Amino acid sequence: MLVALGCAPQDSTTASDTSSQPANQTPADCAQGKTLKDGTLTVATDSPAYDPWFSHNDPSNGKGYESAVAYAVAKQLGFDQSSVKWVKQPFNTSFAPGPKHFDFDINQISITAAREKAVTFSDGYYTAAQALIALEDSPIANVGSLADLKKYKLGAQTGTTSLTALREDVQPDSDPVVFQNTNDAKQALLNHQVDAIAADLPTAFYITAVQIPHSTIVGQFQQQSGTPEQFGMLFSKGNRLVDCVDQALANLKSDGTLDSIEQKWLSQTVSVPVLK
Amino acid sequence: MTELDRSAWEPSRRELERRAVRRARARRDILVATVALVIVVGALVVGITSAPGWDRVRETFFDWGEAKAAFPQVIKGFGKNVVVFLIAEPCILVLGAGVAVVRSTVSPVMLPFRVLAVAYADVFRGIPTILLVYLAGIGLPALELQGLTTNTMWLGTGALVASYGAYVSEVFRAGIESIHPSQLASADTLGLSRWQAMIYVILPQATRRVAPPLLNDFISLQKDTALLSVIFVFEAMFSAQDYTNYHFNYTPLVVAAVLFICLTIPLTRFTDWVARRMMRREFAGVVK
Repeated sequence: MLVALGCAPQDSTTASDTSSQPANQTPADCAQGKTLKDGTLTVATDSPAYDPWFSHNDPSNGKGYESAVAYAVAKQLGFDQSSVKWVKQPFNTSFAPGPKHFDFDINQISITAAREKAVTFSDGYYTAAQALIALEDSPIANVGSLADLKKYKLGAQTGTTSLTALREDVQPDSDPVVFQNTNDAKQALLNHQVDAIAADLPTAFYITAVQIPHSTIVGQFQQQSGTPEQFGMLFSKGNRLVDCVDQALANLKSDGTLDSIEQKWLSQTVSVPVLK
Repeated sequence: MTELDRSAWEPSRRELERRAVRRARARRDILVATVALVIVVGALVVGITSAPGWDRVRETFFDWGEAKAAFPQVIKGFGKNVVVFLIAEPCILVLGAGVAVVRSTVSPVMLPFRVLAVAYADVFRGIPTILLVYLAGIGLPALELQGLTTNTMWLGTGALVASYGAYVSEVFRAGIESIHPSQLASADTLGLSRWQAMIYVILPQATRRVAPPLLNDFISLQKDTALLSVIFVFEAMFSAQDYTNYHFNYTPLVVAAVLFICLTIPLTRFTDWVARRMMRREFAGVVK
């Protein structure tokens, strides 16, 4: 048993103790010694890393909203661009028990109470509206209200707020089709296997603008049930770095950096009609 | 052993000694086996439950509350696995037997069909089933063929039939080739045509002989219905995964695993029983 103890270090389950920190401590001071490897910030995301959250499936180029946010947070924490290391982490194993191979995972993961039992989230860095994507020549493209959507075959990716919104807010007559990833959803739309797919608005914008010709955004809608879900960075349960990241995010919000990153990468989302 | 006249025969003292020794040995073997079992199982249980991460594993994989909450969704998905299996199985049997029969023909007219049958078995056994399922579910609808369903559950079932049909055709072929040539010669003598000989003489014997490996393939098929999850058929595993993705708890996957075990174990036992019955029949009392 001693051997087992030796090779399987216990997850740190104690919540970080913020009261002992001096009030004027910078995020960089806070992050000292709390990362997986000293001097390196290990950040994870899924592969492929989709636009407009990332760019060209390369999180390390600093392009795309989440890549830019990650580097801005890293800078606050005292890591320059070259000390940020990216690792691939499929979403559906990011919350597995046991030691994690990243400091945090940034992958459009919505913060929910159920999930917080297994992992720790940073504060939210983006609130996504939901949008429906259809082909231009499809009758659903002209629908103007959520109620009129019920009779269509709708789909969304598993684990996303988009699918929750379909299930709880739209409640279509036939169960929504569930996809493993966004690529399958896009292909199913092209194949007429579904009439429309739901995604968060920035993703929807990118899909209609770049990836599927002759597709259109039917409309956007905010999640009706409960408070809209926010994207947060995912940490191993009780990770002590999360407070430093929250501090960093607060700084980025107050000095307008987060807004300007959003302007740069997710700016075109205002002109889409709202479904009620 | 035939019944002896017991009154006329008494076991010798030596025989009685032998029996006593055998009994003692049997007792000792049972004792050793029990102790060994307890030690091994006990060590496994203690080893796993005292691992530092066990509490976390128990919470994330064996949470009774989550299991109950996820069960309706998972069992609903499991219904699809059962339907796919029940539809695919007879289709596979017919396809496999058909391809095997075609491959066993010798007539020159049948050559193109033999070539097709060989090509089919080679190609579809060579492609990983998961790839075949993916291509059928996502690729075929992209052709936008008139009259072809875009329902991925049926397309996936078709892919499973194609893949397993190729395997099963080889099992059937092995069965057909294992039938002694004298059977064919006897059928000839009785005036049966080649086809009649195949249908009435060869195939029934071959099928009986390959029943255990066939059933084995079907146990495998029951589990491979979960592959349809990659083409967004919301079956048991995908339903469980979906719940997992929202609640960050893996218990539903264990629930799905238990459901699959419940489905396969009866067929596994049935396969054992069929195999034993066949042994008894073919070896006529030599094997018990």
